[in-house]
Amino acid sequence: MDTHMPAPMPASATAARRDPSAPALLDGPLLRRAALDALRKLNPAQLLRNPVIFATEVVSILVTLLALRAALSGGAWGFSAGIALWLWATVLFATFAEAVAEGRGRARAESLRRGRGETRARLLLRAGDRSLWQPRAATELRVGDLVLVEAGELIPSDGEVVEGIASVNEAAITGESAPVIRESGGDRSAVTGGTTVVSDWLVVRITAAQGGTFLDRMIGLVEGASRQKTPNEVALDILLAGMTIVFLIAVVTLVGLASWNGAPPAVPVLAALLITLIPTTIGGLLSAIGIAGMDRLLRFNVLATSGRAVEAAGDVDVLLLDKTGTITLGNRQAAAFIPAPGVAGEDLARAALLASLADETPEGRSILAFARERHGLEVPALPPGAVAVPFTAQTRLSGLDTAEGRYRKGAVEALLKATGTTAPPEVAQAVERIGRQGGTPLAVARDGRLLGLVALQDIVKPGMRDRFAALRRMGIRTVMVTGDNRLTAAAIATEAGVDDFIAEATPEDKLRYIRAAQGEGRLVAMAGDGTNDAPALAQADVGMAMQTGTQAAREAGNMVDLDSDPTKLIEVVEIGKQLLITRGALTTFSIANDVAKYFAILPAIFVAQYPELQALNLMRLESPESAILSAVIFNALIIVALVPLALRGVRYRPAGAAALLRRNLLVYGLGGLVAPFLGIKAIDLILSLLGLA
Amino acid sequence: MTLLGWAQIALTLALAALAAVPLGHYAAAIAEGRVRWLRPLEALLYRAGGIDPTAGQGWRGYVLAMLAVNLAGFLLLYALLRLQGALPLNPRGLPGLSPWLAFNTAVSFVTNTNWQAYSGEAAMSYLTQMAGLTVQNFLSAATGIALALAFCRALAAGGVARLGNFWADLTRVTLYLLLPLALLLGLALVACGVPQTLADYAEARTLEGGTQLIALGPAAFQVAIKQLGTNGGGFFGVNSAHPLENPNALSNLLQCWAILVIPFALCVTFGRLVGDARQGRALLAVMLGFVLAGTAAIYAAEAAGNPLHLAAGLDPAPGNMEGKEVRFGTALSALWAAATTGASSGSVNAMHDSFTPLGGMVPLFLIQLGEVLPGGVGSGLYGMLVFALLAVFIAGLMVGRTPEYLGKKVQAREIKLAMLAVLVLPAAILGLTAVSLVLPSATASLANAGPHGLSEMLYAYSSAAGNNGSAFGGLTADTPWFNTTLGLAMLLGRYAYLVPVMAIAGSLAAKPRAPEGAGTLPTHGPLFAGLLAGVILILGGLQFLPSLALGPLAEHFSLLAGKTF
Repeated sequence: MDTHMPAPMPASATAARRDPSAPALLDGPLLRRAALDALRKLNPAQLLRNPVIFATEVVSILVTLLALRAALSGGAWGFSAGIALWLWATVLFATFAEAVAEGRGRARAESLRRGRGETRARLLLRAGDRSLWQPRAATELRVGDLVLVEAGELIPSDGEVVEGIASVNEAAITGESAPVIRESGGDRSAVTGGTTVVSDWLVVRITAAQGGTFLDRMIGLVEGASRQKTPNEVALDILLAGMTIVFLIAVVTLVGLASWNGAPPAVPVLAALLITLIPTTIGGLLSAIGIAGMDRLLRFNVLATSGRAVEAAGDVDVLLLDKTGTITLGNRQAAAFIPAPGVAGEDLARAALLASLADETPEGRSILAFARERHGLEVPALPPGAVAVPFTAQTRLSGLDTAEGRYRKGAVEALLKATGTTAPPEVAQAVERIGRQGGTPLAVARDGRLLGLVALQDIVKPGMRDRFAALRRMGIRTVMVTGDNRLTAAAIATEAGVDDFIAEATPEDKLRYIRAAQGEGRLVAMAGDGTNDAPALAQADVGMAMQTGTQAAREAGNMVDLDSDPTKLIEVVEIGKQLLITRGALTTFSIANDVAKYFAILPAIFVAQYPELQALNLMRLESPESAILSAVIFNALIIVALVPLALRGVRYRPAGAAALLRRNLLVYGLGGLVAPFLGIKAIDLILSLLGLA
Repeated sequence: MTLLGWAQIALTLALAALAAVPLGHYAAAIAEGRVRWLRPLEALLYRAGGIDPTAGQGWRGYVLAMLAVNLAGFLLLYALLRLQGALPLNPRGLPGLSPWLAFNTAVSFVTNTNWQAYSGEAAMSYLTQMAGLTVQNFLSAATGIALALAFCRALAAGGVARLGNFWADLTRVTLYLLLPLALLLGLALVACGVPQTLADYAEARTLEGGTQLIALGPAAFQVAIKQLGTNGGGFFGVNSAHPLENPNALSNLLQCWAILVIPFALCVTFGRLVGDARQGRALLAVMLGFVLAGTAAIYAAEAAGNPLHLAAGLDPAPGNMEGKEVRFGTALSALWAAATTGASSGSVNAMHDSFTPLGGMVPLFLIQLGEVLPGGVGSGLYGMLVFALLAVFIAGLMVGRTPEYLGKKVQAREIKLAMLAVLVLPAAILGLTAVSLVLPSATASLANAGPHGLSEMLYAYSSAAGNNGSAFGGLTADTPWFNTTLGLAMLLGRYAYLVPVMAIAGSLAAKPRAPEGAGTLPTHGPLFAGLLAGVILILGGLQFLPSLALGPLAEHFSLLAGKTF
């Protein structure tokens, strides 16, 4: 499996990672533009995508025409006009909600796009020859073209490094100013259009034409232009369309029913009843919720290739996480000195320190630090005449030859083999114990004599245990993937509190594990960056590739993390859940609203026919006109009132499904029943105070 | 309301709920082919029909087989009804039915509706009662149960294409469940005094010296299956209010128990088949809750009596006894009304038309809610499962996962089909009622003016489309218009509903069944039961509120204001 891992990031940095430049939920220019867009979206052809709001618009047109006809023929038109006005407002508020959501996405997309402007590229005319090139506009590059990018230049489009090594500033997309290394071959060969080469040069083979780059696709999704409805949205739309038809039947047949023993209600009144009954609230906010979900993910520096992927993230049952760099800090550190029998601790510490003096690896540095902290040893300068013995794959040892002696440290077996000795039973036991605890034992020797062991430990990131516990409460199993042996893997798995682990994992193992879990009907998410992760990323239901990873990995996954931090998979799952919860909460709220609206409108409609039905006027609304108008106004205003919630998402706390359902049902179900009673009454009071009805 | 009244209600419901458990387990064993005590007979039937009972059918095959049986049943019954005048076992020499009435009646019995635009003792020969109506009482009930079992299997299995074999299910349900139960109940009813004879009607000499013709016939066993199979078509015109069809308190208890026991039991069967008894209990709790609430509402309204009568100085103690049998009183009439309309039985022991406006509204609303509380045998369960899918879909999102029921994801296809099914009732009920109310030829059939007239019309179409079959009364239904449109409503309510529902079963069967975890929505327990009840009320009931406001509610509040029509 891959050894390359991005720099570790403390788990507690979650909050800090959120984009500080995120626009306020609703700021001035954004709203102005959204208002214009909302008008543009009134185009019925475009509204056809949204059956509930489309129906509302058709009814609005009808009532408007009726009001006009009444006005022209000198009839009473004020009431009809009032209803028409608020029906239009309902449609407008719905399109406005979508426009605001798109606007926020667009603001982010524009900042991504900025700086890409008119990039000039150097198109290489012959492969392998960097001297022969001609200038070419980035927009004219085709897939497969080779371009040369030198220090200070923008990479014109997505591509794969075929030659060279350079540091690249990817701040334009990641917001991270520290440059990263990009080189041909291996797992760090992918480059993204719009990023800047800071030093050296690269030859890049273009893998995406202008407009079709990774970033372009993401921008399109966030802006809503190329947004496809997700499967759950499609299903919800069908439900809402079905409910619209049901209520259409109920209202249209009312003409016949009311004709028995009376005259049928006026069309504007029936229109008001219809629009307040059909689920305009969720219908108006549905696409805004979806766009806002994508946007939240983007703000979090994760790009999803589709809304479907975000939705799937909420469904994940199994989370595959690499051990190194994700669960643990990734570099092993000295945690204990264990002297062999008859050796003083001080002696061992000194020998370990000297053996590591020339060792520049993090492990070596950690031994020096440990010797200093625990044994108060000064770290000396390299003694004169000392010769550093570097680590080689053959000896698997390193050390230092000084006048005092030859110090060596290395894998226990390797050292025993080199010294031709066997370990005393105490040492052998210690070796096993360290392995069991997830550590790596290093043996230390002086002049061929085994002095003892240094226990290296992989440190689990702080806070991971709690997060895995939270995931477990959400019903998600975490699986640690590691190249370590079973013993080591088991120890770290226990310490980190994961549910399962795959030890000595090969890419095939991962693929097999994912398939097996999926075979049981579970949804699997994983993060990966290497080319050999690509099959597993593609197989997983949610595959989050690292921005630093290979092009193959990025194409295989359905999300890319611009920060290259695999722990973010956990938050991605939470964002997915939050999206679904928001949708469900507003659907429930919207449907529960209907009860109160009946109590407002029904007595008002039938009051002429059966004055006794006033008994159903539970809210004691002022007059039939104000009752109907209040219900319609409430129905329109509630959309605007809920826009912030739709954009921000319902607050999500990791909890089991039963607890979540109880809480949300209470807030949005019961709230949805009660809120309109209060709202309609309040509007009615205002209307009557103003003398409008 | 009296304590004794409530005790009678509680006893009946408790007996039904208690019997539902063993019966439900038994039905599950039948569904799994583990009940085989009539194996030679069963094998003989399969051989005669050339049926391989082990050959599974996809949902289409299953539905086609079901439609074939129902179509054949319809044609046979239609022929019998038309030709009964020329056929034997007709001691009164009753003539064949008119084409309209024969169509209506044949549709009615095949669809498990048992709407009766005729009066049994005056229109049906013994042969028709036995070979026609009783046979369909068994077959239509077995059809519903078979479909429900297939739906359960679809939920229980993961990734299968087949729902079982309709022929085998139909045979086993009839042979092992309906026939033995009907036999036992029939015998018990005979013991209670319900006639079971082929002799001619009896002629009695009255005290005044006049003569009275007392209708008899092979009633007891037909009454048994009409109650057990939620058919509801009475042997006699006034159904179980007739002193010979339902002579005493014991026969009333048995018959009311029989309405509820199989629909309740099938919930237990469902829990058993999907391997989680709690799932079935949640559905049963919702059904029981609605029956109880409905009974309480009717009982309260009827026990309170008619305000105009009370104002005139009538004794308030017996409550509103108009149209009720003195031997049953308001409590047992209320329970029966809620049970017969909650389940789509349609048999009556009191006249709903004579209930107070609110007391009459409750049975009407129970029908309109979709006949799932507990609904017809089988049809109640699969209707309830459709509501469960919708409840899971609407509120299930609130746990942050794509909604799933019993580990099966609920997606666009299921929702589309469920909404198609949900549309059937409002379209048929409200559409046909609205049209009929503006047709002078149709309104001529109404006995009452004002809101009560509207209620009568609304009830008729609700009863037909809901495959309930009870009549509110006050409507002369034996006209070409009503025979045809009510027949149409019955066909829509049965087949336009069940075809999409079985398509859902096919779609769900093919899906893998994901294991349950802490993150999955629990579909058992009080929370889900409450949610399901709310969804039934809102998705199943809200669309009917305006019609109820114009009918029973308008009548109720007018009555309170001392106004009559």
